[in-house]
Amino acid sequence: MWRSSFDDVKRMNKRQFLYQVLSFGMIVSSALMIWKGLMVVTGSESPIVVVLSGSMEPAFHRGDLLFLTNHAAEPVRVGEIVVFKVEGRDIPIVHRVMKLHEKNENNNTVKFLTKGDNNSVDDRGLYAPGQLWLTEKDVVGRARGFLPYVGMVTIYMNEYPKFKCAILACLGMYVLVHRE
Amino acid sequence: MHSFLTRANAILAYTLSVCACLTFLCFLSTAFSHYDTDVRLRTFKTVVKNVPDYSASREKNDLGFLTFDIKTDILLIKYFNKIFIFNWNVKQLFVYLVAEYQTKMNSLNQIILWDKIIIREDNAILELKNMNTKYYFWDDGNGLRGNNNITLHLSWNVVPNAGLLPSISAKNVHSFAFPSEYTTSRL
Repeated sequence: MWRSSFDDVKRMNKRQFLYQVLSFGMIVSSALMIWKGLMVVTGSESPIVVVLSGSMEPAFHRGDLLFLTNHAAEPVRVGEIVVFKVEGRDIPIVHRVMKLHEKNENNNTVKFLTKGDNNSVDDRGLYAPGQLWLTEKDVVGRARGFLPYVGMVTIYMNEYPKFKCAILACLGMYVLVHRE
Repeated sequence: MHSFLTRANAILAYTLSVCACLTFLCFLSTAFSHYDTDVRLRTFKTVVKNVPDYSASREKNDLGFLTFDIKTDILLIKYFNKIFIFNWNVKQLFVYLVAEYQTKMNSLNQIILWDKIIIREDNAILELKNMNTKYYFWDDGNGLRGNNNITLHLSWNVVPNAGLLPSISAKNVHSFAFPSEYTTSRL
């Protein structure tokens, strides 16, 4: 099988090879377009996130996918599930807003405190040292949609770099070699 | 042409697309359902203290105490005019009791006082008597004493098997007031 596909490559002329490279480029750029388009539509810098911890069990397990929006017109309210970033941690956290205080309209500042459903204490221990509240600038998005299990693929990819390389190599080979 | 790999690939692709299609249909079948119910709330023994909040700023903040009753007939889910407790696309309900009020310092304060996770197998009828709050009712400042318009409402967040994550508030709210003097004795 492998030999036959390599023979295919050998038999290709320059034009065909270029065509394959271009179609590979099309796939990559359309994926990028979809991602960036989602960013514009949802207003969130990362519209799809994978749940990495069990702190929201039994609602969300490790490997579940969340769809986020972050429209400025919809203020954060208590009970919502927010995805936020904390200074000094690169992994965003998915937790629920438990307390919220909003100052008067003119200097519209909101501060809120989060907690994971499966945790017994609030998140002050997870925030940056000395940080007591989150504000809107910490928020990556609010969870709006849920899809189970799909994110396991990316978790495996991140945990086993070899697996990631193998998958990428296979896909790349397939696209370059495959002929309609 | 029909090697083992191409067959395995075809089966995998077909399985995945069928799964995706079924998941989407499952989401679609419940995307337009309305979730609503009647809730009766009552509060007793409202007390306010002024003590330092060591979990936050260490300044003296108002800390409210109350006990409450909740009675919901059932957490109803209306779906095409039929009523179910759980439809097939509900994995979990996160039920929470929110206190909402205004103070001089903040135009809006929302605090979750109590919550409960109800998973599929659980009884979705809530009838709670004389409950203490699960979380401390700390104000951000000193806005609880004599505050005569604190509203409580019950909300729930529906977590599906796959689909949207709606949050619904019960229409009926309960208002109460905190006493105009601090309590200094131990409770």
